[in-house]
Amino acid sequence: MFDALSELFGSPIIAAFVSAIVPLVFIVPFVIIAVYMERKVAGHMQDRLGPMRVGYHGILQTVADFFKLLQKEDITASSIDKRFFNVAPFLVFAGSYAVYAALPFTSSMLGSKIDIGLFFIVAASGLVVAGILMAGWSSNNKYSLYGALRSAAQIVSYEIPTIIVILSVVMFTRTLSLAEMSEMQTAYFWNWNIFGGAEWNLTKLLITPFMMIAFLIFYISSLAEVNRTPFDMPEAESELVAGYHTEYSGIKFSMFFLAEYANMFAVSAIAVAIFLGGYQSPFGYVGNLIGAEWLVQVEQLFWFISKGMFFVFVQMWLRWTLPRVRVDQLMTICWKYLIPYSFVNLIIIGIITLI
Amino acid sequence: MKTEELILNMGPQHPSTHGVLRLELELEGEVVNKVTPHIGYLHRCFEKHAEAMTYPQVIPYTDRMDYLASMYNNFGYVIGVEKLLGIEVPERVQYIRVIMGELQRIASHLVALGTYGLDIGAFTPFLYLFRDREKILTLFEITCGARLLYNYMWVGGLSHDLHPDFVRLTREFIKYYRPNITELNNLLTFNKIFVERTANIGVLPAETAINYGISGPNLRASGVKFDLRRNDPYSIYDRFDFEIPVGEGMMGTVGDCWDRYYVRVLELEQSLRIIEQALDQLPEGDVQSAIPKRIKPPVGSVYTRVENPKGELGYFIISDGSVNPFRVKVRAPSFVNLSIINELSRGHLVADIVAILGSIDIVLGEIDR
Amino acid sequence: MKKAQEIFDILKSEFDDAIISISTETPTEPMISVDPLKICGVSLFLRNNTELQFDSLMNLSGVDDANGEKGKVESDLDLITGGTLSVYYHLHSTKINHKITLRVSAPRENPEVESVESIWKTANWHEREAYDMYGIKFLNHPDLRRILMPYDWDAGYPLRKDYKSPEYYHGMKIPY
Repeated sequence: MFDALSELFGSPIIAAFVSAIVPLVFIVPFVIIAVYMERKVAGHMQDRLGPMRVGYHGILQTVADFFKLLQKEDITASSIDKRFFNVAPFLVFAGSYAVYAALPFTSSMLGSKIDIGLFFIVAASGLVVAGILMAGWSSNNKYSLYGALRSAAQIVSYEIPTIIVILSVVMFTRTLSLAEMSEMQTAYFWNWNIFGGAEWNLTKLLITPFMMIAFLIFYISSLAEVNRTPFDMPEAESELVAGYHTEYSGIKFSMFFLAEYANMFAVSAIAVAIFLGGYQSPFGYVGNLIGAEWLVQVEQLFWFISKGMFFVFVQMWLRWTLPRVRVDQLMTICWKYLIPYSFVNLIIIGIITLI
Repeated sequence: MKTEELILNMGPQHPSTHGVLRLELELEGEVVNKVTPHIGYLHRCFEKHAEAMTYPQVIPYTDRMDYLASMYNNFGYVIGVEKLLGIEVPERVQYIRVIMGELQRIASHLVALGTYGLDIGAFTPFLYLFRDREKILTLFEITCGARLLYNYMWVGGLSHDLHPDFVRLTREFIKYYRPNITELNNLLTFNKIFVERTANIGVLPAETAINYGISGPNLRASGVKFDLRRNDPYSIYDRFDFEIPVGEGMMGTVGDCWDRYYVRVLELEQSLRIIEQALDQLPEGDVQSAIPKRIKPPVGSVYTRVENPKGELGYFIISDGSVNPFRVKVRAPSFVNLSIINELSRGHLVADIVAILGSIDIVLGEIDR
Repeated sequence: MKKAQEIFDILKSEFDDAIISISTETPTEPMISVDPLKICGVSLFLRNNTELQFDSLMNLSGVDDANGEKGKVESDLDLITGGTLSVYYHLHSTKINHKITLRVSAPRENPEVESVESIWKTANWHEREAYDMYGIKFLNHPDLRRILMPYDWDAGYPLRKDYKSPEYYHGMKIPY
């Protein structure tokens, strides 16, 4: 997209700015819709209606909430570390925003076509940890500190199984670029990585179950990375009040909020891109049938977003069903189960890829 | 390097202290060394007020102690005053009191179980249980007009007779509610994560429990088959056939948080059984015929105790022969049950404190009075 | 299962001078009066004796008997001097299923009662409450602090019959 834009504007700087803004155009409406969806999903799962008053079936509720948050007083307690306190929410948001640079929404709508996209995503999401630690420490609040420390421990730990799983997929596809990976899984859904890729041979048959395991591990650890139930330790409401963002209010709080929902979609999108064909349609394109090139792009965008949204929905579903694990159980799940399993899985996938 | 223990104040405003309770935690990392509860934030001088009121005027104040089980607070108090006066209450009144008391027990347990789920992080069971609790409150509302604080049981009688539809509606409620216990079990009780969080946590041995005066479901969860409705029967509880569920350590050790939770789940079914039997036997009669015109007990004192949903609710009433009680002391079950929190929590993690506190099921209105 | 009179006889033979009397008139429950400075030994006996086994303290309540002289000083007409403050112990045995009530009375000016916290842990908070409300000092209590009132409440003990609310607490007017 950057290349096309720089040709259009004739200046790489303007093109960079424009292509940097595109994900924001997606994130803000997405968050508004996702928060509304979360409330409606929660409501209907809990035998109640959810928001009903603002607009038709409460459709404007999150918009109203957004404006309410904007207008709220920005409270900063006297004994906080102002510098870090102010930077932290933006750093957290920057971390989750940076991930969008490498997400292929369609075959041409892609922030930056870097070859090491996956690597970049893993690295950039590390920023979130720094932001959360900053927020917890600078708040000068014991609950915040606990939340931040838990969060740091959790995200760092769960990055290991994530990376191992990514590694096994990379071994199989031999590319680190998400765009290329998506391109490889074209045509029909049985060509997706979770079903062993596009080539029909013995490898495909052997590798499918292990790819499914890899997907499961990836999804579980991604839940932990975005601090969603059952792994929402850092903000475990009943213990730590609100965790690292206890002391935040108004616009800074909404930054954390924005980052959380942006992250939810980001990890779902990554899972979709590396396992479930990315933007590829499961049944082929209408655009190709009638020969309309632009329609293919629209379809790809539709498929990418709807696959991502489905997994966002699954995250919500889990959140409103499951209790929360304890902090030591959380670590046990990671170090004693997920990491060994993913290692074994890595080795098996490696062997299968070789033969 | 100089190190010191981290003191963490949990409360008075905290999502899982169930009211204005302050727990002072001495922590080493996330491990709790000592818990010091600080109570009294909701102290309303009930006992001082009672000394300035006439006997019937005290009843609305008892409502406000354990506000989740107001019926039962009324129940205990009026039994005490009736004992002092030496009056017999009509059969119908007795039966209605038992029905109300057991409905109240279900309602109270529903709050306890729901908020416990909330403490562990499961939000949905809470709303499912509150949905059913609302139905019980509606039954109370058609009976006496109030949903939370009833002032329903009077000395020697009741404030209102049953609504003509009450029996039918209650039967419908029981029929509707029974399957929901299974739903709760599927959703929360046997959930793997929930069991992991609560089994083997905060184990309370029977000896310690008795020594600390723990009562109610908490005591029974430790394997002690002790229920005042059976062991020290009051009103007409000796006429009903019901079982006393005790903790069996099905998921871990006897007397752990899961047992305390599960005993309450089992008690729901037993309460339904008692209500069914009471509805079948409900006699006709006037519920206000035995209410004395003037309540002026002779000099003396009496200690009565009833099996409140939270445990043993005791009223120690001293009469000096006037229309005002000379002294009313309430032995609030939550007050006694909370005193064990330090014993149970030592060596557990912060997250477990929440699980333990929730499993004791306290109501601050009753602790602070 | 033992009757109150039998329990009284056992205690009388064991602790002659510490046991003062038994009152059995209705509607009062049978009540045994005990010396306030010997209640701990009596309690220990009651709990450990195989025939009694009072393993549970149901309730412990302080009471202001208000049996002193009222209004000696003209400016303080309600003030009570002399008389006693009492503590009532309601005991129950979960094994034998019998009950008994003990009562101790201590002089109002210096109410000192032995603590039974070491025998029944229930007593810990109940005694703190009695101290908080009546100012009864429980000897050997490990943690005798106020419990329901604020820790820095210095206007006396609210449940005493001659208690007067102070005008101000921390600069806040109390009778609002």
